[in-house]
Amino acid sequence: MYLEFMWIAACAAVGMAIMAGVLGCFVVWRRMAYFGDALSHAAVLGVAISLGFGFSVYLGVAGVACLVAVLLWGFMGSQHSTDSLLGVISHGALAIGLIAAALWGNGLSLEAVLFGDILVLEWRDALYIWTGVGVIGGYILWRWRALVLSTLGDDLAASEGVDVRREQFFLALALALLVGLALQVVGAILITAFLIIPAAAARSVARTPEAMAITAVLVGTAAVISGLAGSYYWDMPAGPSMVSAAAVIFVVLQGVSAKS
Amino acid sequence: MSGLLSLQDVAVHYGQGPVLQSVDLTVRAGEIITIVGPNGSGKSSLLRVMTGAVRPEQGRVLRQAGLRIGYVPQKLRLDPTFPMTLRRFLDLPQPAGDHAVALVAERTGISGHMHKQIASLSGGLLQRGMLARAILRRPDVLLLDEPTQGLDQAGSAGFYELIEDLRNELNCAVVMVSHDLHVVMSASDRVICLNGHICCQGAPDVVSTAPEYRALFGRGTRGTMALYRHDHDHHHGHDHEHHAEPSPK
Repeated sequence: MYLEFMWIAACAAVGMAIMAGVLGCFVVWRRMAYFGDALSHAAVLGVAISLGFGFSVYLGVAGVACLVAVLLWGFMGSQHSTDSLLGVISHGALAIGLIAAALWGNGLSLEAVLFGDILVLEWRDALYIWTGVGVIGGYILWRWRALVLSTLGDDLAASEGVDVRREQFFLALALALLVGLALQVVGAILITAFLIIPAAAARSVARTPEAMAITAVLVGTAAVISGLAGSYYWDMPAGPSMVSAAAVIFVVLQGVSAKS
Repeated sequence: MSGLLSLQDVAVHYGQGPVLQSVDLTVRAGEIITIVGPNGSGKSSLLRVMTGAVRPEQGRVLRQAGLRIGYVPQKLRLDPTFPMTLRRFLDLPQPAGDHAVALVAERTGISGHMHKQIASLSGGLLQRGMLARAILRRPDVLLLDEPTQGLDQAGSAGFYELIEDLRNELNCAVVMVSHDLHVVMSASDRVICLNGHICCQGAPDVVSTAPEYRALFGRGTRGTMALYRHDHDHHHGHDHEHHAEPSPK
């Protein structure tokens, strides 16, 4: 089919934008940007391991990301500041991943891992991503009230019977799943951009958490579609084009909210 | 007057060392309990045991079946990146219904601020907002963690009056942690003096003369405890109907 790769790319990218838009709101609200970084950098290690041992990249990346998520969740409860710990895990995993890629990853395109290679995806990849949309979307809808309450305060949430630690755990796992699925769409370096920019753009026009989540999804969707269009018509690299489009929308919405 | 909520021989540890030890406490319907104690005496931990946020290492927490708790935390994690109007906040965790919200908002004096972002509210308004949210749950017990922290004298006075009026209207029990060692709402039925364990308790005027209270807080004010009473000659521009001065029991 003519231009089939573009349709697949659009399908996968929109799915990624939906997941990242909603989860990104929590990343912004709870100041978990570094957490997202650590997960996506660990993904590089996941890619190298899956190539080294010859199993699916999705499995390798999601596996390593989940492992890091659980590890970080374990430290989240402690009194110590987790920022420096996140930095160690994030950059440590990236460095080890790059070494492993150099040793095992025969023919591995490092650029594809870091910046994604959305134009070579197959329908199967899009299917995986939309399965992820179903799982993460369902989880967020189901736990929405508990997640919003615990964003406002652990004590407040606990007084309403919310198990704060459990909510943190599943939120971390959802982020790990997103990283596993989005790696080939935007790449390890740009995943955090899709978590943060649409949510931050939505903040300037939203008055409630629900409105912010929906706006973030719309912003992300608009960004991936215009980014892909730019990539198609002007031959720009797809991942960076999508992120740039999101950044432009962020600036425009800032202007809109400043005027009103 | 049966116990709504009772703690039996409760002990709490955080990491090293006990925070609370052998605490026995029963909250009865309609009573106002004020908890005072120095920093680190376990006041907030005691409240968190009551809400269920902290599970004690030892002892039992008994709640009456179907007990509804309205909790007003010391503060919220208010981040400017988190959009939340006061109206939406009142719908947490369950939508409360416009009529009920309008009534409670009127009662707590937040009616004109419903569309504002909670991160931009003043301390007094935010306290009233959190109180309104707690009341909308029709609580049997209202738990307040240092509710007047950050309020000026007039603000605190107004807030205490509101609590007392609401107790009379809703007939809910009130358990309040006070950050001020020396000022206790005179409407308190019981004052509990806490320092890792319950040092002494009783009616406000009894506790203020107890040797344990004097030993704990004696130095600064030479052992006196001021009871907050309604000073009707000292208004700061807010009207309220005159009502009977509660006499300490």
